[in-house]
Amino acid sequence: MIKLAETILNGLALGSVYALIALGFVVIFKASGVMNFAHGSLLLFGGYVMARLHDSIGFIPAVLAGAALAAALAGLVQLLATRGLRGAEIHTLTILTIGVDVLLSTELNRRVGADFLSMGDPWGADVTQFGGITVADARIASIAVAVVVISGFFAAFRWTRWGLSMRSAAADPEAAALMGIRLDRVRLIAWCVAGALAAVAAVFLAAFPAAGLDRTTSQIALSAFPAAILGGMDSAAGALVGSLVIGLTAAMAAGYQSELSVLGSGFADVAPYLVMVLVLLVRPTGLFGSKELTRV
Amino acid sequence: MSDTLSPDASPATTAATPPDGSGGASGRRSGTASRAGTAAAGVLLLLALPFYVSSFWLQTGLFAMAAIVGAIGLNLLSGTTGQLSLGHAFFLAVGAYGYVWLAGDPSGTGSAQLYGLGLPPLLAFVLAILLAGAAGGLFSPISGRLRGMYLGIATLALVFLGHHIMLNARDITGGFNGRSVPALEIFGFSFSDTSPDGLAVLGVPFGGLERLWYFGLVLVAVAWLAARNLLRGRPGRALAAVRDSEVAAAVMGVPLSRYRASAFIVSSMYAGAAGALLALVFKRVVPDHFGLLLSIDYLAMIVIGGLGSVGGAAAGAVFVALMPHLLTKYADHLPLLSAPGTTGSGVTPGDAARYLYGAAIVLVLVFAPGGLAGLAQKRPRRTGDGTRRNRRFPFRTRTTSDSNPQGVEGTTPKEHTP
Repeated sequence: MIKLAETILNGLALGSVYALIALGFVVIFKASGVMNFAHGSLLLFGGYVMARLHDSIGFIPAVLAGAALAAALAGLVQLLATRGLRGAEIHTLTILTIGVDVLLSTELNRRVGADFLSMGDPWGADVTQFGGITVADARIASIAVAVVVISGFFAAFRWTRWGLSMRSAAADPEAAALMGIRLDRVRLIAWCVAGALAAVAAVFLAAFPAAGLDRTTSQIALSAFPAAILGGMDSAAGALVGSLVIGLTAAMAAGYQSELSVLGSGFADVAPYLVMVLVLLVRPTGLFGSKELTRV
Repeated sequence: MSDTLSPDASPATTAATPPDGSGGASGRRSGTASRAGTAAAGVLLLLALPFYVSSFWLQTGLFAMAAIVGAIGLNLLSGTTGQLSLGHAFFLAVGAYGYVWLAGDPSGTGSAQLYGLGLPPLLAFVLAILLAGAAGGLFSPISGRLRGMYLGIATLALVFLGHHIMLNARDITGGFNGRSVPALEIFGFSFSDTSPDGLAVLGVPFGGLERLWYFGLVLVAVAWLAARNLLRGRPGRALAAVRDSEVAAAVMGVPLSRYRASAFIVSSMYAGAAGALLALVFKRVVPDHFGLLLSIDYLAMIVIGGLGSVGGAAAGAVFVALMPHLLTKYADHLPLLSAPGTTGSGVTPGDAARYLYGAAIVLVLVFAPGGLAGLAQKRPRRTGDGTRRNRRFPFRTRTTSDSNPQGVEGTTPKEHTP
């Protein structure tokens, strides 16, 4: 029972980190229709900046700086995409992000090398115990931070002018443009927001019980792909639900590894993908994605 | 229908293949003749290479041949039919492991036990291709229904699930350390260094690589001609119609899901052939080779080469497959590069290759959306704006949120002006 509770808490913590990443996918997809394959590299970039800066300027400023720089880099990618490929088809941009990802990840992998970079986070390896349940402080912090950041995001989405233009641009770009919404600016901000969210996620992907930021961190971020797809690519709420499902699945598969040994070692890493494929079999556009309609 | 397909594809493809005997229009005859001459010279050169170059070049060339076969297959799926696939590495793995399993003899005991059917290698090679096709067919409930990004990510899952299976199905795949590959053998003639021992042609010793070289050439030729004929015929036009507009294709009587699934199966078979050839060259298959990076490599090949064109896919494959090997070989002579194994601050050749091809993807998409194939034929077909637009990346997705802006994205670049 205690193990179950711990596993569920771990799953929620993992899910909240995935949610930060998956929301980034969804925001970018809604704004510009692109699946951003460079997201893992943006995340690693934000984390790398934090790891390098936290010694000299402290943890919180380092996180802010990492988020700001990752946002700026994401904005640059979007500028490259719009300036260079104005009028190109959406999927060209998706492949373009793969190219950007190759460039970024090669450079970052070269810099990080085989090291595990410490993020200098204040939680360290501390754990909290209550009612017999042991949870790492970093995990509790990740849930708390994710709740705050994601509520802030949804509030902005619902009540600010940017949120309004974002929603109208996603609903009907042409009409939005005619109403005076500057689509380029909306898209640029969307990419920046996604970059910042990814950088925040990097903190918790590298925090205890992980050993630190290393070159595989960006690959862990790939697990947010199933989360975003599972919920439906164009639904922010879907991304949240998908992230929690994926987080819980991964935590359960890892927690009950010995019971699942018949499925092979390392099953926890691929369980999210299996769940995603099963869901897509039943619902080809995810749980909350808009249905495919074809008008003839 | 697409004008990417019929008129565009032909100059690039005929440029590098032998003449097929069908005389073109009289105006084009002299051009065709000179192209045929170039092609014949190219083929002769390829046939003569094993007599002159070292084994490094033969091995690198064989890697490139495997890449060509795989890239042609992915191009049929992603370039022509417009279905984004990140799962190509998985089907390569099915081909490679399929060949090893079918041709390998059972060996070992206990935990090191390996199963194998011990079939004749040539039969195993063919069956491995069919096995990869069957794997593609098994995926058709997904590939026939999902579109666009959803399909891309679903195929991404294949790579990870496949990698997991490769690591865990130890008695077939050999687990993490992989499994050695039995040499190809056709009617007693082995494509390895032995049997017949010390074979020499015109005084040049013919070892495994020299013999495999010709097998690879035959495989590439078959793959190339089959793809070109497929694309020029009825199925090719149907697939291009599916890419350009599913509604229009369905109205014209193209059975959508059957064609989408068939494209997936054919592409998987190409990948299977490429994987099996790769296994023969490597002589050992390990799971880590068939990861996401390999899938992205193949996507890079067809984007750099030019989507929808067989010749372009081949050119892109050669570019992506050769670059790391060349940079490694000549690292000493290139500025800014550090030799492999040294611990310097310099860029290793492997990194340099990745920079180069990451940059190649970005630059090609920004400056030459038609890829290498588009560059090769831009001059004669400059006029007409429609042709240029159509060469851009042809994937389509349709959800309610972007069902209407299909024209908006492409034709009204200034849409944001109030």
